[in-house]
Amino acid sequence: MFKIVEKRDWHPLICEMWIEAPRVAKKHRPGQFVILRLHEKGERIPLTVVDKKPEEGLIRIIFQKVGKTTFELGSFNPGDSLADVVGPLGRPTHIENYGTVVGIGGGVGIAPLYPILKGMKEAGNKLITILGARNKDLLILEDEVKAISDEVIVTTDDGSYGKKGFVTDALKELIDAGTKIDQVVAIGPAIMMKFVVKTLEPYNIPCIVSLNAMMLDGTGMCGVCRVTIGDEVKFVCVDGPEFDGYKVDFDELMSRLTIYVEEEKIALERFKKAHPEIFAGVE
Amino acid sequence: MAEEKKKKGLNLNRVDMPRQDPKERIKNFNEVALGYTEEMAIAEAQRCIQCKKPFCVEGCPAEVKIPEFIALIVEGKFIEASRKIKETNALPAICGRVCPQEEQCEEKCILNKKGAPVAIGRLERFVADYEAKMGVVEKPEMAPPSGKRVAVIGSGPGGLTVAADLAVMGHEVVVFEALHKPGGVLVYGIPEFRLPKVIVEREVDYIKSLGVKFECDVVVGRTVTIDDLMEKEGFDAVFIGVGAGAPVFMGIPGETLKGVYSANEFLTRNNLMKAYLFPEYDTPIKVGKKVAVIGGGNVAMDAVRTALRLGADEAHIVYRRTRAEMPARAEEIENAEEEGVIFNFLVNPVEIIGDENGWVKGMKCIRMELGEPDASGRRRPVPIPGSEFIMDVDTVVVAIGTQANPVIQRTTPGLEVNKWGYIVADPETCKTTKKGVFAGGDIIRGAATVILAVGDGKKAARAIDHYLKTGEW
Repeated sequence: MFKIVEKRDWHPLICEMWIEAPRVAKKHRPGQFVILRLHEKGERIPLTVVDKKPEEGLIRIIFQKVGKTTFELGSFNPGDSLADVVGPLGRPTHIENYGTVVGIGGGVGIAPLYPILKGMKEAGNKLITILGARNKDLLILEDEVKAISDEVIVTTDDGSYGKKGFVTDALKELIDAGTKIDQVVAIGPAIMMKFVVKTLEPYNIPCIVSLNAMMLDGTGMCGVCRVTIGDEVKFVCVDGPEFDGYKVDFDELMSRLTIYVEEEKIALERFKKAHPEIFAGVE
Repeated sequence: MAEEKKKKGLNLNRVDMPRQDPKERIKNFNEVALGYTEEMAIAEAQRCIQCKKPFCVEGCPAEVKIPEFIALIVEGKFIEASRKIKETNALPAICGRVCPQEEQCEEKCILNKKGAPVAIGRLERFVADYEAKMGVVEKPEMAPPSGKRVAVIGSGPGGLTVAADLAVMGHEVVVFEALHKPGGVLVYGIPEFRLPKVIVEREVDYIKSLGVKFECDVVVGRTVTIDDLMEKEGFDAVFIGVGAGAPVFMGIPGETLKGVYSANEFLTRNNLMKAYLFPEYDTPIKVGKKVAVIGGGNVAMDAVRTALRLGADEAHIVYRRTRAEMPARAEEIENAEEEGVIFNFLVNPVEIIGDENGWVKGMKCIRMELGEPDASGRRRPVPIPGSEFIMDVDTVVVAIGTQANPVIQRTTPGLEVNKWGYIVADPETCKTTKKGVFAGGDIIRGAATVILAVGDGKKAARAIDHYLKTGEW
């Protein structure tokens, strides 16, 4: 069993936890994720490891409550245990000194981006970070990102904090201002990553993206996470999760993410009915 | 004829095993075969003529003492019969169900020359189930502790066998499993209706009772490496029995459409994650009205029969050769036929066609004919030019085989693999090219059967025991 030792609610919909997973904490490198399962009847979901304390055997996760499993996980408290945490899975990020790296995080995508930024900074890169959220309340990890970045730009869709607009607007401004960018790392919703790549294309600036495909085992056994990269089909769980953004078929990725929308709705509604208390105060 | 033979003491007809009615069973996931009663088992056991030189045993990779356990059944000593089997095979309830006995022990049975061979598999299953029903656990005699530790990677049939045998030999064994439940393919691959999961749990519990420890949620190569296990965690030897777990797709257009599954995904959702019980269980599965399963092996049969039980109106097998070349067990093909599976022989998919939302709406296929034999000795299927047609399907399951998952090979220096990515190992001892590391089952030969993995497990356990005692490599 994998015990939750600490929990923080960033927002009614965004939750952070430190979980006992000594083997994962020992081996984890930036970019890698875990698969977790709450209990005997639970599904297996992938979540990126945001941070770790190997000496204490702890890993840190941050997640947004969107479906049955994430709402249920959010209802767990310190002292509760998860049935399973397995990892670290996927290939670690390739970290080197590129020169100037621009990190772009959208929504809870900021969570998986953070350990990569830390690695990039430690490797000697100049780090400019663009953080995007729907509104001020949904923005996470701003202080921690500021502590390691040379420059941080925040955008919100509704203008409640930072610049009003999308991360791509801020990126375009950076490019237009003549900023020399050697490498971009973008993590967020598939649609955001797609448009980041589109923005960069005319300037040929390389861009790494981390894909949030659906997964089952996470070990290369089932292939549900397959996505077309260039002219090859790759498995996000073992060949990724990071790929050259220019080669990713984002439309296919987004389409495959909708396979179980109906079932996800059924599961969530059923859970809401059984546990209205968990949803109190959530719009 | 049979009557005449009976007078001479030979009964050429085996006792039928009751099965669920096909019309009923396609509505549930309960086991199809119901097993012998005590009377049936004794009657069937009496057919064994107790050959002086039992060929059946030669046909058994698990070296089960077949005539001896059958003789005990005749005497009604079912528990003793179970103990006899467990002297060499730790997984009788599983092997009795899923071994292809018709190609092994039963094929060699002397009665097979004149009539039906003794139903050895059914009898093995009977005694294992009888023992469970009585709530007794028969254990072989255990050797004193050797002080040596062995890590077994993978808890499928090969790993379980190695673990059990080594524990009996006195070694401390820890089994590492990547998924959240022990059993490997027995749990994620083979459906409930062919191998109920409580049976796998029972056999795993038995192996635990021998002192074997299980650690789930460990992906060796990622969570810990083989070198870590040997250098930091104090294991004296390692057995790799991770199977051939990576799915193979056809490489045709449309395979990333929604509604296309690998057989691994389709079966894992259902068997390991219990998607057939959604939403009580969280993992969903989506099956349309018309399902095509590509392939002709046991996995294809499992997938197509699962599709029927999940409510498909039509469940098709699409196979590029003919029935005669199908690698699936005859019994499974018959079960599928009885349940209403439609077989499309000499047909090969060339493209999966999607609708405007990215869902499968059809499959373009081409008709085949059999040409010259290929390397496997089977006649090679050759496409008939101009014979393309569209199959009206909304779900496609690709069950054309599996391949090696490379994660251990990539993270273990000194471990040699062949050009297909399988680990190079001595077929007699399961020794790899890395000292102290052994491998067996599908990861050394490619996808095969449970019993071959069990056979490797037995050989490996002997070789590991020898290595631990002598240090000789």
